[in-house]
Amino acid sequence: MTELIKYTAAETAAAIAKGEVTAVEVARAHLDRIDAVDKKVNAFLHVDHEGALAAARAVDAKRASGAELGPLAGVPLALKDVFTTRGMPTTCGSKILEGWVPPYDATLTKRLKDADVVILGKTNMDEFAMGSSTENSAYGPTGNPWDLTRIPGGSGGGSAAALAAFEAPLAIGTDTGGSIRQPGAVTGTVGVKPTYGSVSRYGLVAFSSSLDQGGPCARTVLDTALLHEAIAGHDPLDSTSIDAPVPDVVAAARTRDVRGMRIGVVKEFAGEGYQAGVMQRFEESVALLRELGAEVVEVSCPSFTLALPAYYLIAPSEASSNLARFDAMRYGLRVGDDGTRSAEQVTALTREAGFGPEVKRRIILGTYALSSGYYDAYYGSAQKVRTLISRDFDAAFAGVDVLVSPTTPTTAFPIGERADDPMAMYLADLCTIPSNLAGNAAMSLPCGLAPEDNLPVGLQIIAPAMADDRLYRVGGAVEAALNDKWGHALLEEAPAL
Amino acid sequence: MSVMSLVSYEEALASYDPVMGLEVHVELGTKTKMFCGCSTELGADPNSQTCPTCLGLPGSLPVVNAVGVESAVRIGLALNCEIAEWCRFARKNYFYPDMPKNFQTSQYDEPIAFNGYLDVQLEDGEVFRVEIERAHMEEDTGKSTHVGGATGRIHGAEYSLLDYNRAGIPLIEIVTKPIEGAGHRAPEVAKAYVAELRELIRALGVSEARMDKGQMRCDVNLSLRPNGTSTFGTRSETKNVNSLRSVERAARFEIQRHATVLTDGGTIVQETRHFHEDDGTTTAGRIKDNAEDYRYFPEPDLVPVAPAREWVEELRASLPELPRVRRARLQAEWGLSDKDMQSVLNAGAVEPISETIAAGAPADQARKWWMGELARRANETGTELSEQPITPAQVARVCALVAEGKLNDKLARQVIEGVLAGEGEPDDVVAGRGLAVVSDDSALGAAVDQAIADNPDVAAKIRDGKVQAVGALVGAVMKTTRGQADAARVKDLILERLAA
Repeated sequence: MTELIKYTAAETAAAIAKGEVTAVEVARAHLDRIDAVDKKVNAFLHVDHEGALAAARAVDAKRASGAELGPLAGVPLALKDVFTTRGMPTTCGSKILEGWVPPYDATLTKRLKDADVVILGKTNMDEFAMGSSTENSAYGPTGNPWDLTRIPGGSGGGSAAALAAFEAPLAIGTDTGGSIRQPGAVTGTVGVKPTYGSVSRYGLVAFSSSLDQGGPCARTVLDTALLHEAIAGHDPLDSTSIDAPVPDVVAAARTRDVRGMRIGVVKEFAGEGYQAGVMQRFEESVALLRELGAEVVEVSCPSFTLALPAYYLIAPSEASSNLARFDAMRYGLRVGDDGTRSAEQVTALTREAGFGPEVKRRIILGTYALSSGYYDAYYGSAQKVRTLISRDFDAAFAGVDVLVSPTTPTTAFPIGERADDPMAMYLADLCTIPSNLAGNAAMSLPCGLAPEDNLPVGLQIIAPAMADDRLYRVGGAVEAALNDKWGHALLEEAPAL
Repeated sequence: MSVMSLVSYEEALASYDPVMGLEVHVELGTKTKMFCGCSTELGADPNSQTCPTCLGLPGSLPVVNAVGVESAVRIGLALNCEIAEWCRFARKNYFYPDMPKNFQTSQYDEPIAFNGYLDVQLEDGEVFRVEIERAHMEEDTGKSTHVGGATGRIHGAEYSLLDYNRAGIPLIEIVTKPIEGAGHRAPEVAKAYVAELRELIRALGVSEARMDKGQMRCDVNLSLRPNGTSTFGTRSETKNVNSLRSVERAARFEIQRHATVLTDGGTIVQETRHFHEDDGTTTAGRIKDNAEDYRYFPEPDLVPVAPAREWVEELRASLPELPRVRRARLQAEWGLSDKDMQSVLNAGAVEPISETIAAGAPADQARKWWMGELARRANETGTELSEQPITPAQVARVCALVAEGKLNDKLARQVIEGVLAGEGEPDDVVAGRGLAVVSDDSALGAAVDQAIADNPDVAAKIRDGKVQAVGALVGAVMKTTRGQADAARVKDLILERLAA
């Protein structure tokens, strides 16, 4: 049975459809794996044994009735604890939402259920998706399955670690500044931030509304594409949802041909702060793309150097407003309500106890940036930078089909190393933030291990908005060529944990 | 401050010039809320008309109500405003327990309508132009009921009950530019403006604008400056003044209160004030200095609203006849003086009268009933004229029966009473009470002969040519026929008999 956890989502779905294995067997195998290793990994905040088995039984019954199964029917999935799930706790990694059971499903949750995906549970994350290491979770850090003393990235460290630990073949993340791609890079898994507006945000607990985007994570490019197809598409409940057909990402993932494609290397994503082994694997990937028949050119995006400061004004500003609703009035934690205190006092005590230091830091930062008299200098200027970054992308994409860079400047760092240095932590998202500010699409996929520490390195591919299929075309080709070169996938067997 | 120590209104105006700003919130009568599909029906069980979005649950998102936008544009057009080609919603961040998200989705520096005016007619017929600064879209908050305190406010309450049925109901906030030059008529202008706006909103059909139900709420901002100066004084903001009469009283009280403070050499505190219906005074609310910071920023969960110019022009072309134009037309059609028309307006009788005319009654008859019998009854029962249990069609039928000679004035009055008492249609009342006029000569002849026989003195006077004395005999006949005789015919019969 434990064999069942090593298969890809595509293989698993095919085996269930053919009757070679039941969805219940697949779900059990993954639940057993979680029971066996998750005390060490801490990828899950909530495991729904009963719900997962019930969903699996329904898939098996559907097959027995002769009904046609979808491409991911019966495949287990780990869901980031930032999407609402009817009847299942949703905490966002925060004490302030401890015990909250939403009365409604996020659109993404609903689409997963409609696709007969089996939701195993909810994964750990930096509190309200604020962080790059999952150390900001109120429920303890998640370990990186490559080395449990190291961070799995963040904010979606739980989802990435669940994939790398073979606790699930599919996972969902959200990417506000790199929270899908950076965890993917440091755990040797694949993650995609789709075009802003292509995956519904309805039921995604907001951190920064204009930047947040849910997306697919898996161990292979094809699995990621299958999940992307299942969750993307217009949603009338999200006003910022794009009403246009989703590009055929699954077909693109199967193309494995980059001949004639023009690929730009972003000059600004290199230099001080970039680990040598990361740059080495990145440069080898660029060389590989040339060998595969792509045309590679260097491009300059000078405004990208302003992306980090702009992000740390826009995201906290929106967060300071989005998180104002956590006031102890209607749901979640309530502290100090002993009948002697005013509503304001109870709210203050609840927030003091319920929000972690990073969340408080960003609420204060954002409140300040939006204040009368400072708005123009901070929020206003940051929005102008955002426009400049979009123009840099437009200029670059006028000459190339996709851009490439390292996903993150370093491999996974030890838990605790940057915990007291927010600036060092923020640098982990240097290469990923521009795509959030511009709203385009980007992928991280593994491109080898850094020689100095034998830890995974991520290759980032960036495509224009609504050209998400290009990510899969390039990613699929790179993945196939690397697997050929190595003779196996980077993550072929479940690690002993 | 006690009312006794206030300087008189006349004294206040002798030294100071009032400047007003009026902010009116109108709840739109859309079927669903501004940003979700929940019903806006009033009176449902608390919290029964809610969903994740209007409760502000984590993860929920707003979607703009297209009918709400259309209503806002129509209001803007009716107020002679420019309509924005492109505008955004903004978040107004502040904390209050009945606000689910702790920000209100509103509009800030990009209102959907701006730079308009509304001409209002004062009681003496003079027209005063009130300039409109802006009209913008926003959502209502939930409703708090504070239990156990002396004031009914949150401070001092034992506990509070929250009902979110109102949360997310579409509001249009209409803000005037500073109203200057009204002088001693400022309170009257305030009242006339709110009354005119209410008529306009009702004519557009976008809201019932019932102030007693909170569908229309007015904030009265007022400041004084010494006569002959131009710099504005410090203002007070009297919140939620909820009847036309209160708007006038609140403005008047604030003028006197400001003048009292200023005359004593004091300074006005910029603050909100609560108006008290019982004694017409205001008391201090919260201090509102300019440092209050709502940290507005564009709402990232909504896309901009960009009303297409062709659509705006279609809406402009399809605006109904606006109240002032309509009133002028009706006044001419009904042949009324300004004063009579004003009484009709004040009684809320325009709609009932015009509907009665539409149902076939002559204008003077329709007006006679609604402004007489029915207005009196409305007054006595403290109800709106339009709420009386009689329809314009029924009044028109009574008028028709009178015109046909089947009822006289006195009988018609009884028929109206019968309808009001729930005895059915006018014809049912006539039949039920046996109220038909008797004009048959044979039936009347005996009564006439009897009257002449009973009143020989009067009969003699008439024979002598004092025809005006006939009234006494007619009266006698009416009495014996219990008012059902056709008085004109009775008079003819008496004169015929006494002509010899």
